[in-house]
Amino acid sequence: MPVLEGKELRIVGFLCNWCSYGGADSAGVARAAQPTDLRIIRVPCSGRVDPLFIVKALLNGADGVLVSGCHPRDCHYSAGNYYARRRLEVLKQFLPVLGIDDRRFEYTWVSASEAQRWQHVITTFTGRVHALGPAPRFGDSRPLLKVADMALSALRPLGTGKAAALDELKKAIKARLPELECVIGWQQGYDGAHTVPLFAKTPEDVDKLVWGPFNVNNPAVYLPSFKGKKVGIMVKGCDGRSVVEQLQENLINREDVVIFAMPCEGTLDMARVSEKLGRYTSIDAVSCDEAAVTVTADGKEHRFCMADFAQGKCYGCTAPLAATADASVGGPVSVNPGPYTPPELALLDSLSLPERMQFWSGQMERCLRCYACRNACPMCVCRDFCVSDSRDPHWMNQKDDEREKLFFQTIHALHLAGRCTGCGECQRACPVGIPILALRQQISRAVGQLFDGYKAGFDPAATPPLLTYAPEEKNIHERDWK
Amino acid sequence: MSTTRFVASDGLPAFLSFLVKTGRRVLAPAEKPAVKSSVVFEPWSEGKAFTLQKATVPAKEAVLPQCETLLTYKKTREGDSVSLTLDDTPEAQPTAVFGCRPCDARGYAVLDRPYLRGPFVDPYYKARRENLVVFTVTCSSGCNTCFCHWLGGGPSSPEGSDVLLTEIEGGYVLQSVTDKGAEVLGTSSLADGADKFPLVEAARKAAWASLVPAPDIKGAQTALSALFSDLDFWQAQTDRCLSCGACTYFCPTCYCFNITDEGESFDEQGGRRLRSWDNCMSSLFTREASGHNPRMLKAQRMRNRVSHKYSFYPENWGAYSCSGCGRCVSNCPVCLDIRAIVLAAIARTADK
Repeated sequence: MPVLEGKELRIVGFLCNWCSYGGADSAGVARAAQPTDLRIIRVPCSGRVDPLFIVKALLNGADGVLVSGCHPRDCHYSAGNYYARRRLEVLKQFLPVLGIDDRRFEYTWVSASEAQRWQHVITTFTGRVHALGPAPRFGDSRPLLKVADMALSALRPLGTGKAAALDELKKAIKARLPELECVIGWQQGYDGAHTVPLFAKTPEDVDKLVWGPFNVNNPAVYLPSFKGKKVGIMVKGCDGRSVVEQLQENLINREDVVIFAMPCEGTLDMARVSEKLGRYTSIDAVSCDEAAVTVTADGKEHRFCMADFAQGKCYGCTAPLAATADASVGGPVSVNPGPYTPPELALLDSLSLPERMQFWSGQMERCLRCYACRNACPMCVCRDFCVSDSRDPHWMNQKDDEREKLFFQTIHALHLAGRCTGCGECQRACPVGIPILALRQQISRAVGQLFDGYKAGFDPAATPPLLTYAPEEKNIHERDWK
Repeated sequence: MSTTRFVASDGLPAFLSFLVKTGRRVLAPAEKPAVKSSVVFEPWSEGKAFTLQKATVPAKEAVLPQCETLLTYKKTREGDSVSLTLDDTPEAQPTAVFGCRPCDARGYAVLDRPYLRGPFVDPYYKARRENLVVFTVTCSSGCNTCFCHWLGGGPSSPEGSDVLLTEIEGGYVLQSVTDKGAEVLGTSSLADGADKFPLVEAARKAAWASLVPAPDIKGAQTALSALFSDLDFWQAQTDRCLSCGACTYFCPTCYCFNITDEGESFDEQGGRRLRSWDNCMSSLFTREASGHNPRMLKAQRMRNRVSHKYSFYPENWGAYSCSGCGRCVSNCPVCLDIRAIVLAAIARTADK
């Protein structure tokens, strides 16, 4: 029963059984006065605290969440708190993109004997949450629809890949084909303005392979399902990074995959292309020059300049040619690396916290939970056993409100922390155009800042940062929080 | 005899206001701006913008919402006695769907059969369907992913609609196709439009003329049932399928659902039994409690979706359960094309 009816806020505490829970207990035994807002959940280790516990609490009405574990080097299980530190720090940098004030979440270390420290921590944190007041409720915010500015300049010239030596690549593919189950690439889809993944098994299939700005799909999504069989894959730069990340995580074996790479000059944002094409009955012709694609639909010509119609991710691409490849045709592309913020992330950056909450509420409204985002993701490896479908544990409710839908996006984004290569398939696959890639991009940005510019999918030998730890973290200064 | 009225383009909001004043919730397509804009049906209110473009999401929500509460339950304690209260009244506000396309409306006709004409009548569906009036905008042209005319429909098919709106110069002609539609039109203050009917017929003819000729798919039902155990065929057709639910959730004729109890607690707060959309593309759809799954492969799941629409349902009800809206094609992240699968099935059985 609340001691101070109406004055208390809801603060959830996840306390490690071996230290902070004991510390809180010691504080109680010592009759140290403490605020009464905290509701404690005892966990075996701070490493047991899934960042999703925290997001779920915050989205469902908690005003603050505190995680407290053993001091670094003092974990009952040796390293649980080291892992926790990385995850929780990433989470802290992620919360603001949802419109949640990161000051409502804190993690710290209190040992079983530190009753006084516990008293200080909980008093300070509760005071901070009270200063912020009751948390805004997600369901209460009025939808705000804003569109990202797509007038972007690319870090390297974008083009149609007209000069790409596809025939040479096909020759290389045919040479390796006999030893392979199939080679995954692209072929023309239901009309000239669409391509679809092709699983080439015969030389005749190989002849159907196409290369160019319509190759939007990421073929790496299929690779893990072939594990144990030898397959080939044709990759753009971004697809190549997904393959590397899969190698990093042992989702596929290097000796089982033959990578065929060519430098990509950018792919079209089919959403904007379709919008410009409008309703048409058939495509009469598709032609390319170096800079643009011309699509003739129902007798009307539409010119799509790659510099204006590429996918958002293409403008910031720094590695158009996959570095890890068995056969590469075409030389590396020179890129002028510079600061680049993806368009949707830039839009969110420009919004205030309440506006971001309104933004997501407006976006998630139209989500139908088809999970195309999840299934198109090359790094989503649970496939048929996603937590979103689980009834036990009951992570998600079937209620179709925006909060539940956003929570699923949070699950996806957090599961991708340090693993997402930014291929953008989640967002491209979304039939109703929800800019969900921004959530993954925010996490990738946080991971880059915390772990010395780490980028997923560049080094097959690198360990993803959230799957490892350092006893002394260079860029995490959690002890400074007071 | 149908009732015919004419409304000038700028008179549409006034007509929607009239519908609202009749006590109806008016669902009209609204454009959601984004880099990839989408059009969804939303309750319309005075002053709100709407569009008559073909919606990204069909108007199925009007009769079969993405999620609905079937019942709420609550345990109450009074002294020593405990009682359980259940409330299972269907929510069925009178509704007008305004601005769907003939393919959406034909979707209602497909849903009506299993929900209303089978051995069990679904009271929730029935309550909503009876309170629904459908205003359909006829299409003025074909589209690259649409194929309604393959399936007995067309750009001005009246099936499932109560009123058909056809755009002519300066406005729309509203023509009732059911008594319900005639009644609504009769009580409105719109001008008579009978004299404009020749223009309507010309517009409809032009729309038909814009369609790419349809292939003959009469053999689909027998072809698909013959291919039921031909797993090679289905695997080849579905190798690129991602097993997401876009094709089914954007379909105006898919009607499978899941039922879950979502309760904060049995006590004071109570709980609710929800019915939400489910889809046969998900592995969980057929996974049994033992862990066994009769449709382990995406090929088997896609076989079910296509066969249901072109073979099982026609067998049970004598009509296709596909209205050819093409949303499964246009919304598929890998452009999997149901038209191609059906044609390939027919071709494969013809070869044998």
